[in-house]
Amino acid sequence: MTVARFGRLSDAPATFLLAGVRVIDPNDGSDAVRNLAVVDGFLDVPAAVPPGAERIEADGLIAAPGFCDLHTHLREPGAEGAETIASGAAAAAHGGFTTVCAMPNTDPPLDEPARVGWVLERAREAACRVRVIGAVTRGRAGEVLADLGAMAEAGAVAFSDDGNALPSPRLVRAVLGYLGGLGLPLFEHAEDASLAAGSVMRAGPTANRLGLSGWPVSAELTVVERDIALAVEAGARLHLTHLSTAGALEAVRRARARGLPVTCDVTPHHLAMTDAWVAGSRRFAWAASADDVAPDADRGYDGYCRVNPPLPSAGDALALLAGVMDGTVDAIATDHAPHPPERKLVPFDDAAPGLIGLETALSLGLAAVEAGALDLGTLVAALSIRPAEIIGERRSLAIGQAADLVVFDPTARWRVEPAALASASANTPLLGMELPGVVRLTVADGRVTYRS
Amino acid sequence: MIVEASSGAATRRHLLDVDGLSRIEIERICDLAVEMREARAARAYRSLLEAETVGLAFYEGSTRTRVSFELAAKALGATVVDLGVAGSSVGKGESLVDTLRTLERTGVTTVVLRHAISGAPYLAARSTGLRIVNGGDGTHAHPTQALADALTLRERFGSLEGMTVAIVGDIGHSRVARSNLHSLVILGARVRLGGPPAWVRGFDGRPGVEVARSLAEALDGVDAVMTLRVQLERSAGNGVPSLREYTTRWGLDETRMRLAAPGAPILHPGPTNEGVELTAELANGPRSLIGRQVENGVPIRMAVLALVTGAA
Repeated sequence: MTVARFGRLSDAPATFLLAGVRVIDPNDGSDAVRNLAVVDGFLDVPAAVPPGAERIEADGLIAAPGFCDLHTHLREPGAEGAETIASGAAAAAHGGFTTVCAMPNTDPPLDEPARVGWVLERAREAACRVRVIGAVTRGRAGEVLADLGAMAEAGAVAFSDDGNALPSPRLVRAVLGYLGGLGLPLFEHAEDASLAAGSVMRAGPTANRLGLSGWPVSAELTVVERDIALAVEAGARLHLTHLSTAGALEAVRRARARGLPVTCDVTPHHLAMTDAWVAGSRRFAWAASADDVAPDADRGYDGYCRVNPPLPSAGDALALLAGVMDGTVDAIATDHAPHPPERKLVPFDDAAPGLIGLETALSLGLAAVEAGALDLGTLVAALSIRPAEIIGERRSLAIGQAADLVVFDPTARWRVEPAALASASANTPLLGMELPGVVRLTVADGRVTYRS
Repeated sequence: MIVEASSGAATRRHLLDVDGLSRIEIERICDLAVEMREARAARAYRSLLEAETVGLAFYEGSTRTRVSFELAAKALGATVVDLGVAGSSVGKGESLVDTLRTLERTGVTTVVLRHAISGAPYLAARSTGLRIVNGGDGTHAHPTQALADALTLRERFGSLEGMTVAIVGDIGHSRVARSNLHSLVILGARVRLGGPPAWVRGFDGRPGVEVARSLAEALDGVDAVMTLRVQLERSAGNGVPSLREYTTRWGLDETRMRLAAPGAPILHPGPTNEGVELTAELANGPRSLIGRQVENGVPIRMAVLALVTGAA
């Protein structure tokens, strides 16, 4: 076994030849085994690789455009014990990501241009490109608009008060109207605070069985329908992040059919895990059974399964998978949310919501592909070029482009355990499970950022 | 019998809920409780648990459960420590797991845990080396209450097989109702639930359980009726418009009880709000088994402690 090593964006550009790699490029739908050459950080013809340059035998491996995560919590500044920009970027590189979009709910929040600039500066030598999503309102308080234009000039690629939905229709209308002028999207955390108040897991038979307060699907749908109505008026781009219900996805499908500029992402955990995981099940959504789930003494009420929006019913998870397959879902975004153990090894209602996802996103997707619930090309597109488009970036495997790619073994398996994770946190209910999909090489902007 | 968690070095016994118990196991606990009641009267078995230190960790107020566990443990000779949450390090922000691990290091072997959050006993069982007895967790389970209720009904009817028991009130927020749903069905009874729609939502379709649309439908011909404390703080805007409206539509009195089978008893896990979910006349009248439920609490908890510790 090779020792894994991380690189940085500030390293020297790479030169190597990947021999016999299966290249999946969703830009043109191509999928073929060939040689792939990188010379001084740029994709080139194999003949251009100088003699003596490294040749990597890549039989059985897949090369794809580098992954782009639209929803990452890097926790710096403010909670560096859970994650830092450096450790989060390393986790991203380990997971095949070459770009992550940092959410602004840090402490202090990223609601001023100087703070946006500070994160970008700190990330300059990280193992992954970091883009910043600016806060919509000052202090994320949902009241006064932050200086959106100045933050855009400082580099913000989108805006969100993630963690909360914007509280009033009037505010959403004002934000969409203003962002329309900037050409940048609002990333909405669609959840009505009054309907979700006090809830800790998805409402349904399992919540009822466990005696846990249930989150109604209407909490998401009411905000999605409100925002779509306002996006129609504003003519602005609306991106709905971490959708978790079939009904909300259907609302997006209808809006798109009308030609509205509405996009959305779903998380790997809402595709793969179900509310039964709170009771202790560890069956993926595509293998879920309808049996009544009694809480398991060893895994029941596991704080690692507390996440917002909560893990869906199996039926909704399958609807989300179908949405990825039919293209209604633009992107798979992780909502990587690191938390230290003391925020999780507590009674369920007290557990901080969120789980890490950068290092397991590809593996959960590949588990779905193995089960026939997802198509490999669609998975790759939803992790790479489609999320990049939402923040106005292109990913290409064409000759002449800066190399930005991931190479992974789709069938090799690994065990999820703290020592195997580059993240500073290990809060995931996948701990102890074996998953398919091992990243062998990540190249961001022509630099090797991860290799194993 | 009782749930065995496989995590940790040692396999230990816990009582986390009644849902994992078989009919034979529940019958055995009831039989043992009868034996314990006699033993207690005869002052026998007074050294059965002398090697055990039982900790009472009540993170939420309780009178009958805490007192009956304390008396049960002492009647069997255990050393008992009451964590007295208000006067402990919990007030200094110590986490549940850390507090229980501290108790474990001081020599406590078994903890009776009462907690406001559903599932807390599951966390305690897998995060410590203690045996955990659930003394009521959130809105999830109250297994020893359900066992005491099963014993009470068994004394009255001999067997619960084929009986129909109505449970009236805020089922959704009741750990007593949730545990009774399991134990009554396991013992062969059918359960009919009655209450405002928001309070009975989600229970339809469970095996052995039906949901009635009115109090009259809930009570029609049933063999026994159990009602629950209306959480006074939960009434406004959360299921019913007002307490008065609840009492008018779902409150129990002698007249309404005549819809049930002749002589059908009334049960209530306490504490009661007389004049809200049932009249004082009913609570204190000949149909009432409420006092007997309390009396059965001590022997049931003696039986549970003896079984969990492996002494019986």
